[in-house]
Amino acid sequence: MKKLLMASAAAALMAGTAHAEDVKLGILLGFTGPLESLSPDMAAGAELAIKQVSDSGKFLDGNTVSAVQGDTGCIDAGLAVASAERLITSDGVKGIIGGMCSGETGAVLQNAAIPNGVVMISPSATSPALSTVEDEGLFFRTSPSDARQGKIMADILSDRGIEEVAVTYTNNDYGKGLADSFQAAFEEAGGTVTLNAAHEDGKADYSAEVGALASAGGEVLVVAGYVDQGGKGIINGALDSGAFDTFMFPDGMVSETLESDFGTAIDGSFGQHPSASGDGPAKFAELGEEAGFDPTGAFAPEAYDAAALILLAMQAAGSSDAAAYKDKVMDVANAPGEKILPGELGKALDILKDGGDIDYVGASDVELIGGGESAGNYREIEIKDGKIGTVGYR
Amino acid sequence: MDFLNALVALSNYVLIPGMAYGSQLALGALGVTMVYGILRFSNFAHGDTMAFGAMVTVLMTWWLQSLGVSLGPLPTALLALPVGIAVCIGMLLATDRAVYHFYREKKAKPVILVIVSMGVMFIMNGIVRFIIGPGDQRFLDGERFLVSARDFKTMTGLQEGLAIKTTQAITVVTAVIVVAALFWFLNRTRAGKSMRAYSDNEDLALLSGINPERVVMLTWIIVAALATIAGVLYGLDKTFKPFTYFQLLLPIFAAAIVGGLGSPLGAIAGGFVIAFSEVTITYAWKKVLGYLMPESLAPDSLMQLLSTDYKFAVSFTILLIVLLFRPTGLFKGKAV
Repeated sequence: MKKLLMASAAAALMAGTAHAEDVKLGILLGFTGPLESLSPDMAAGAELAIKQVSDSGKFLDGNTVSAVQGDTGCIDAGLAVASAERLITSDGVKGIIGGMCSGETGAVLQNAAIPNGVVMISPSATSPALSTVEDEGLFFRTSPSDARQGKIMADILSDRGIEEVAVTYTNNDYGKGLADSFQAAFEEAGGTVTLNAAHEDGKADYSAEVGALASAGGEVLVVAGYVDQGGKGIINGALDSGAFDTFMFPDGMVSETLESDFGTAIDGSFGQHPSASGDGPAKFAELGEEAGFDPTGAFAPEAYDAAALILLAMQAAGSSDAAAYKDKVMDVANAPGEKILPGELGKALDILKDGGDIDYVGASDVELIGGGESAGNYREIEIKDGKIGTVGYR
Repeated sequence: MDFLNALVALSNYVLIPGMAYGSQLALGALGVTMVYGILRFSNFAHGDTMAFGAMVTVLMTWWLQSLGVSLGPLPTALLALPVGIAVCIGMLLATDRAVYHFYREKKAKPVILVIVSMGVMFIMNGIVRFIIGPGDQRFLDGERFLVSARDFKTMTGLQEGLAIKTTQAITVVTAVIVVAALFWFLNRTRAGKSMRAYSDNEDLALLSGINPERVVMLTWIIVAALATIAGVLYGLDKTFKPFTYFQLLLPIFAAAIVGGLGSPLGAIAGGFVIAFSEVTITYAWKKVLGYLMPESLAPDSLMQLLSTDYKFAVSFTILLIVLLFRPTGLFKGKAV
């Protein structure tokens, strides 16, 4: 009798733990480093999705979900891999939202995610090289490849009638990948790139780099860098010496730092970053305001979608095991099925539980193509009176 | 017209930045050369002394700015500079008492003092990062430009713009004043003469009744002032970031050695030699040559000898060449 009681007590205990199981997701972003001003909003976006799913009580028979953060330093592959190892082995995360920057994402994928069989969905790694990487079906991204961004940039420039530009890029996977894909697209469209030169981050003085760019000439300077790092230095140097007064800002440069540091000095400059039009962003903007972060921050919507996709795929597979749910990511992200907007995660969980199909639209109009990357919608911006304004969507 | 354009482009990208950078290096090299001439060791902590002095000035500037004090068109940092110098003097005198004094008493070899100065460098390095952090700090205010590129273009109608930043002008003016004052002090005053005597021949100086501790103290005071001024000017003109001062060590030493260690005049000449070599060798000459040459000869390539990434390699190469062929430097300093 005593044994029976013990056994049933133990069974009850085990059943209890199974019910209250807490599924952990890792948020692996560059909280320090050259994109540190973007990461708080991105983390808040991901945490919002996690909270909505957790609070709904419908996730995998009432399991809760919580987030654990890890720092990548953005350009520090060693730190990124160590953080990822910690998340996977000691925190036991079932999926990772991250990494943030392209080089570090590749390193984490090869050294931590694939060996441990954990799914990674990056909201912001955009290097074209990640499209072809051998990922065993574990890697996805809710941001588009820069091959696409390069093409968009060429389109924006030709629409503005600009034929000659100089390009400077931050010397890493992201910068080089973007600069090269842009140059290829722009030259194909008949434009001329006078110089495509790298700059190192973290220098005190960029007058020499700006001198070379000025010497090469061009109507616009394309700065494929980081806004909190060398990109800012280059713009400062170019404005100081009068070498360029109009700039083109790709995604790593579009941030409030531009408004606060340069204001009206860069009026007329333009750029683009991944962002969608339609109902999704508007809905997400509302939710973000409520949750107390900036929902228009670059990649915050993508981070929300990355977290949502992981959780919905788990629900579809009925398991938080990566081997089971990795094949479901594409299913929940794409048609057919009922369209899911931000804030409707509870509804999506219900549909999936009943064996239905969903087509997750989310905050960034997710449509995964190829090996699992966003098809890419971009917001074209222009600086007017010292403020970033929207021109249109592409 | 083309000639004028070429001249303006050259001034804008080479001459003016080179002058400002050269002045900053010259002030730094003067400090290194003073320590070498009088205390007889290479002070590796000099770059971080600059960072320390600049850091105090930055903190003081922020405080003044928060009180609403400003110098109008000039940066507030100039007002905070004396405080920075004073604190830096205190720091160096304390370091001397705590560290260098011990080795001087023991008549330690210069090479030991060099290693000791590296230790001091690491500690100062840490102190600065601990207090103000490793990141960029902005403390520049006031009018940004004396002449801005856009105004210059509309004024002259030339294609090329010429920009002179306030900080560049301040750098050059301050450097001239500081150097003049230093030379006046060394050549005209009793204390200055006793320092030179001590530098030329220590034993003779002691025999003629010069107090060595006083000379050492005076040296540290002057070095602290030079380092703080150089550090603040560099920070104003470029940006304040502790690590960049550590990186400045190489061009500063190159400047001091090229000019001749222990020779103040040499340090100034060396500063400009290094600065202009760095700038001219990494500058892309396409634009200037394009204006000067007839259309058919205008270059297609950038005409850049070395990519800008190799800036520090230039000072290193010059340093090696001088050490190989003229170890005493341009102005007959002491052999290293």
